[in-house]
Amino acid sequence: MSDQVSDQGGLTIHDRPNSYIGRGVPRPNARRLIHGRGTFTDDIKLPRMVHVAYVRSPFAHADILSIDTSAAEAAPGVVAVVTGAEFAKRITPWEGVLTHLQGMRSPPQYPLAVDRARWQGEPVVAVVAETRAQAEDAIELVQIDWKELPAATDMMRAMDADAPVIHPEYGNNLCWERNVDVGDVDAAYASAAAVVEDSFVFSRHTGVTLEPRVIVADYNAGEEKLTVYHATQGPHMIHAILSKHLDLPEHCVRIVCKDVGGAFGIKVHTYGDEIGAAVLSVMLKRPVKFAADRLESFTSDIHARDHRIEGKMAVDKDGRITALEIDDITGIGPYSMYPRSSGIELNQVLNLAGGSYDIGSYRARGRVVFQNKPLMCQYRAVGHPIATMLTEALVEKAAQASGIDVLEFRQRNLMADDDYPRNTVSGVPLEKLSHHAALAKLTGMIDYDGLRKDQAASREKGVYRGIGFASMIEVTSPSPAFYGVGGAPISAQDGTTVRLDAKGNVIVSSSVTEQGQGAESMLAQIAATAVGVDMANVRIITGDTEMTPYGGGTWASRGTGIAGEATVRAGRALREQVLEVAGIMLQSDAGSLDIRAGKIVDADTGNERMDLAEVGRVVYYRGDTLPKDYQAELVATRHYVPKAYPFAFTNGIHCCHLEVDTDTGIVKILGYWVVEDCGTVINPLLVDDQVRGGVVQGIGGALYEECIYSPEGQLLNGNLADYLVPMAFEMPDIEVGHVSTPTADSELGAKGAGEAGTAGAPAAITNAINDALMPLNARLTINPMTPERILNAIGKV
Amino acid sequence: MTETARLPEVEVSLTVNGERVTRRIEPRMTLVDFLRLELELTGSHVGCEHGVCGACTVRVDDEIVRGCLMFAVQADGTNVVTIEGLADGGSEDDLLEAFRERNAVQCGFCTPGMVMTASDLLARYPSASRDEIREFLSGNYCRCTGYQAIVDAIEKVSQSRAGGGR
Ligand code: FES
Ligand code: FES
Repeated sequence: MSDQVSDQGGLTIHDRPNSYIGRGVPRPNARRLIHGRGTFTDDIKLPRMVHVAYVRSPFAHADILSIDTSAAEAAPGVVAVVTGAEFAKRITPWEGVLTHLQGMRSPPQYPLAVDRARWQGEPVVAVVAETRAQAEDAIELVQIDWKELPAATDMMRAMDADAPVIHPEYGNNLCWERNVDVGDVDAAYASAAAVVEDSFVFSRHTGVTLEPRVIVADYNAGEEKLTVYHATQGPHMIHAILSKHLDLPEHCVRIVCKDVGGAFGIKVHTYGDEIGAAVLSVMLKRPVKFAADRLESFTSDIHARDHRIEGKMAVDKDGRITALEIDDITGIGPYSMYPRSSGIELNQVLNLAGGSYDIGSYRARGRVVFQNKPLMCQYRAVGHPIATMLTEALVEKAAQASGIDVLEFRQRNLMADDDYPRNTVSGVPLEKLSHHAALAKLTGMIDYDGLRKDQAASREKGVYRGIGFASMIEVTSPSPAFYGVGGAPISAQDGTTVRLDAKGNVIVSSSVTEQGQGAESMLAQIAATAVGVDMANVRIITGDTEMTPYGGGTWASRGTGIAGEATVRAGRALREQVLEVAGIMLQSDAGSLDIRAGKIVDADTGNERMDLAEVGRVVYYRGDTLPKDYQAELVATRHYVPKAYPFAFTNGIHCCHLEVDTDTGIVKILGYWVVEDCGTVINPLLVDDQVRGGVVQGIGGALYEECIYSPEGQLLNGNLADYLVPMAFEMPDIEVGHVSTPTADSELGAKGAGEAGTAGAPAAITNAINDALMPLNARLTINPMTPERILNAIGKV
Repeated sequence: MTETARLPEVEVSLTVNGERVTRRIEPRMTLVDFLRLELELTGSHVGCEHGVCGACTVRVDDEIVRGCLMFAVQADGTNVVTIEGLADGGSEDDLLEAFRERNAVQCGFCTPGMVMTASDLLARYPSASRDEIREFLSGNYCRCTGYQAIVDAIEKVSQSRAGGGR
């Protein structure tokens, strides 16, 4: 029997009847969100729950000389007022360094500033009250005597000899430096037909999840157990961190993650104000809620980008790229964020630059510096938009210098589709990509000649239209090489448990989380297919460290590639268990049976033999009718961790068609196309909308979004009216096409798709704007390309 | 802030989703806080508290308003409908279903406000074009979807209502 079962197991997920793989079915959890019946963490109300609000530093850099909390303590409803120094006695500090980023340094950080504040918005004093409004009233009454210090805010000057040194023990403001030198860049310059250069500026922006960060910590002193309701992307990560720094045994901490109102990398870090709520709950032995308001989100959520890069590219007489050189500096705030570190974005820029192309030589220097601004860390498409934009801007400039059309130039230089496995020029292994197939697919979607003709005709009329492209690669499904090897408590594996209930329904619990991508739909589609039931009979459980297997969570586009594969394996294991029992009940070979649409059937004929509910009934209620020496199991857990490659790289290409109003500087996007290759597509509806949502976030970074700071380190536009994000009216319809190159590393063959839109959009838009403005001899290499900057570039202001 | 905090509580009475409710509240309490904290109608969300994002959109009598810009006392005597009431009311089932089918929801945080706004749009401009739909939605931010799926869903409902497909 077991031989035959393993034959059955030899069939892959792609051979299953009634498959949900590749079907654009609606998400099972969508209705309650649409009906306003979701449970976001701020919706949670617990008995005896109190609220914390924080006094935050009004200065970018200042010593705390004294704090007087007496008036606040006496205010109505106030339960406790706790200073940073008191927190420091109750928790061990953290250090945001990864050991594999050699030489990186960052000093110990406490949840609140202890004796010196190092950015405007750093929490300094916690006020706990019965209502949030009372806590906010009382923070006005906390008296702090400050001594303002000179601030190091401009990252370009952070390494100057006279710059204020944020951590005097280091002697300067360097956090980490990395150098890459591959091939002979100087020889390539010497023999080049053309060398092109640009200086790039990527401004600071932030994630603006529509739901601000929120946590409810509930310490039960009777159980000595901390239960934390948290809007997070990585429940097991925050579990490990709280356990370690609050010195609570891991099994005495539980993280519950309900609905999360957008994350994009913002909700996967260690924020002092959130950890502070957990400390306060232990102190006060009652539930404590912290919900950031929008104004504090802007100065306490992680920021991203903030890079300045000098880039240089050499081409030979045949129009082939022979060298790429970059020098990148990035400012990360006064600490490296724990536990992912703030070095990863720069590391990704250095890894990904030039990553789509066959380039002989590459030289890069990257420096990560401390500054008195909010912490910078990993936001959607970490490093990708920067690496892609600098590469693609230089590619189009080099094509023009070579007198070759930009698409023809890409055809000459993109890595050949039949030349894998291979490495990027920076040395990162690639399993298999499809740049040329993607380009061919894209040119089938757009009318390139027609767009060029329209461009020429429009220019005659003084209308400036441009077409820009961006080829890109995308990091998804990272192995432990991303964080684990650097010592961070961040799992690269995921697990799924699948069990049959007594009525033949399938209950799936998984370590990944849902923030809107459709993770629960992906899990349900795969589990239903692997077991052989209707999706309507599948229930998904995520976001609970006590109820799900251990795993990484949802970030870096890892849910489908990793948890999806674990679910394939767990689903098949449950099917085999069910068929073993059914074989005994029906006196048939288990291997001759299958499960289809919730029925046990003869695999050959599809003839129905028994309802799945009958298996549940007999196993759970009438085990006495099964053989005495046989114990049935109707639950299986499987895990998966990628091992063959450090990352499951995907690729894609974007095209943007737009018009620049040269009187107002306003950009109107006329058309936008993306081709993405994420391997096996589980749900095309969800994948396409991931790409579209990603493109729109990329458009935000390219055209609108910027945290504008004064030289003293004061955020000047920290509200949603002054910080612009993409709105419905300005956004285009986006057409998405696919090429499919499944990874052979897993049975499912799926890779991620969450970063691709954001990765490529800034490059495609920058190239399109520069294409539009070429007759005016204007060129922009700064993001965002605001109307003012555009008018400046064309000499109108 | 502390001045307003000292104002005595006042009584408000209004109809919310068809039910009469009366509460004593601080005059500074916003309508969305009243709905979320006093009535535990947590479907209306708070994304900015300064009138920009639209996550708090509810209907007060015949107008949609931003629940964070209106004090609860200003709603005294009015008839308020929240997403919970709209979803249970039955008259907008085609709209709710179109959002589901077209995946016009990702994280779902903007969604109740979007649905309230979309319902108002369809009532006022039953044959709005895609551009007009986009313009009407400009006061509702969505950070996840890129808006296209939402526009598709609303457009589909507008077309099917026009064709009598309701
Ligand atoms: S919360 Fe009211 S508009 Fe944003
Ligand atoms: S679905 Fe997340 S903000 Fe709209």
